[in-house]
Amino acid sequence: MQTKTQQNNKMVIRLVVIVLGMFGFGFALVPLYDVFCDLTGINGKTDNTAASYQMVEVDESRSITVEFITKTMTGMPWEFRAETFRMEVHPGELSTVGFYVRNPANSNMVAQAIPSVSPGEAALYLNKTECFCFNQQPLDSGAEAYMPMQFYVDPQLPEDISYFTVQYTLYDVTERTDDTSTTNPFMVSVAESGE
Amino acid sequence: MSKATDVLTPDTAHHDDDHHDHIPKGITRWLFTTNHKDIGTLYLWFAFIMFLVGGAMAMVIRAELFQPGLQIVEPNFFNQMTTVHGLIMVFGAVMPAFTGLANWLIPMMIGAPDMALPRMNNWSFWILPGAFLILLGSLFMEGGGPAFGWTFYAPLSTTYSNDSTALFVFSVHIMGISSIMGAINVIVTIFNMRAPGMTWMKMPLFVWTWLITAFLLIAVMPVLAGAVTMVLTDKFFGTSFFDAAGGGDPVMFQHIFWFFGHPEVYIMILPAFGIISQIVPTFSRKKLFGYASMVYATASIALLSFVVWAHHMFTTGMPVYMEMFFMFATMLISVPTGVKVFNWVATMWRGSLTFEMPMMFAIAFIVLFTIGGLSGLMLAITPVDFQYHDTYFVVAHFHYVLVTGAVFSIMAAVYYWLPKWTGKMYDTALAKWHFWCSLISVNVLFFPMHFVGLAGMPRRIPDYALQFADFNKWISIGGFAFGLSQLIFLALLIKACRKEGEAVSNQVWEGAEGLEWEIPSPAPYHTFETPPEVK
Repeated sequence: MQTKTQQNNKMVIRLVVIVLGMFGFGFALVPLYDVFCDLTGINGKTDNTAASYQMVEVDESRSITVEFITKTMTGMPWEFRAETFRMEVHPGELSTVGFYVRNPANSNMVAQAIPSVSPGEAALYLNKTECFCFNQQPLDSGAEAYMPMQFYVDPQLPEDISYFTVQYTLYDVTERTDDTSTTNPFMVSVAESGE
Repeated sequence: MSKATDVLTPDTAHHDDDHHDHIPKGITRWLFTTNHKDIGTLYLWFAFIMFLVGGAMAMVIRAELFQPGLQIVEPNFFNQMTTVHGLIMVFGAVMPAFTGLANWLIPMMIGAPDMALPRMNNWSFWILPGAFLILLGSLFMEGGGPAFGWTFYAPLSTTYSNDSTALFVFSVHIMGISSIMGAINVIVTIFNMRAPGMTWMKMPLFVWTWLITAFLLIAVMPVLAGAVTMVLTDKFFGTSFFDAAGGGDPVMFQHIFWFFGHPEVYIMILPAFGIISQIVPTFSRKKLFGYASMVYATASIALLSFVVWAHHMFTTGMPVYMEMFFMFATMLISVPTGVKVFNWVATMWRGSLTFEMPMMFAIAFIVLFTIGGLSGLMLAITPVDFQYHDTYFVVAHFHYVLVTGAVFSIMAAVYYWLPKWTGKMYDTALAKWHFWCSLISVNVLFFPMHFVGLAGMPRRIPDYALQFADFNKWISIGGFAFGLSQLIFLALLIKACRKEGEAVSNQVWEGAEGLEWEIPSPAPYHTFETPPEVK
């Protein structure tokens, strides 16, 4: 026969285990959320690695409007815009869009572009074979670059989606990175004083 | 003759009892107390003081919104007021008040001598004042205190906040630890300390609702602790839980927060349901209608509360099927809640009703909480929520369920059990003034918020468009009146604590049933040292 105190202690230990478990669960929500979003595409995140272009049959019967929006985070001085704001593509067709950036700041900077697709489900069907968002983009002071993004829309795209928007937000990651030395492969000119 | 001294005379036995009832004096009584009644009193006074502090902040908000334009405070200070008002009312007023009632009443209702873990009980109270001093102290930091809303959405609380966020996080951690300890204590007490014969389905509903609330607390308070910890490391230690630039997602913050936040709103209302279920049968002189259905309804509400959180986030861009799921799950909660309202009304049906103060507050609760519930149902409808989201309609909704719901139920509870605690009837004339002033002013305060909200006035903004001026003037007048009405309550409580008034019987109220009405009034310092037999 247990005494009251033993009974109480046993119960307290069980409840504390639940509390610690729930504290862990709070953190477990982070990877769970990512897995859930990868499977369902609900947060509009696209794949962060290049897709290889499979020779899929181009579905000429459908055409999808894709819109490109660009944005820089507060405190990010770069100019950033899509060369084409809107295009019509057939599912399965490979297309390329250029994005223009210029670093007007007095220092060399590194940027990272984060994509977001809406409606979120469309993110699962947007396959990018090449994107400037896969890597950090360094840019010298005053330099400008034309960065390509090559993609095709999976013909499996649900019938009810005929229009989606891809937004890129440019973040300043200069302080977080250590490879400020590399030059941007897409850089077109360096404005040098005295020339 | 010498043998006679060995015999325990009734006199010495009596002396022994007296010794047990010896109440320590001075400040150390309160600092070191492990007595559930003392700790209950501490919690209740602390909650009331916080209610006045948070209320004073609401007065600043209403004074600024009395007229359009910026008059009294700067927008940054206004934002700090809305933030800290919310935090104090949720974590400092409503939750500690319910914990105080639990401390006072649960042992008395189940026939236990005290809470199961009295020393932890002392700690769970005494860390609270520290937490709120830290939070209030952060208001005096350079750049001010937290200004990101009580929901502390990232990136407002990470990228765009100042260093006082660290104090905010620390104080929320302490509040969380305090509520978790309180909840563990309640669960262990109810499981292990019930008097013989007090079976699960004989427990008073206040005990039932608090048991379920305590389980909600230990399930979600740790998740809140996790969320604030992530905010802390994102802000100060370079992690990227909620920062898209580092691979995180700010929308995930909202998912984690509301996974805590929605059960939290039931933490603040389930004990209220318990209180109303104690009061209505007493003044109807009938048994509670549908006791078992009340228990099951409470449990269903608690379970459903875990699968509705994203109804706070309809406008974040969820797929339609998820919006549908959260909409229907939310609407499902109105079924068990409706069962409760139905049962209270059915208890009153053909009862011998009298309208003493607790009953007045209970009836006001039933009517006004139902209004808050209906506006909640409107907000649950996804397509219209896009219009209502972040407007004063939402403010009206949650103040109806929290002020005329939770706070009115706490006042009802105080008016119901206060004579048992002090042994004297409180000043009923003051109580009537308090009730009618509160009832009228609270509706002048919150009802017009529905209209300005539907017309598009956004919440958490220190200024508004001119067409809202008339309504806002009335809302502010109602607010000041409601705030002043609580000073009547303060006067009543001070008088009651001075033990003024007529002595009451053990039962206090004619129709009252339950173990707490069988012990003397005022309730002795120690009760049920030998467990009562529950038939």
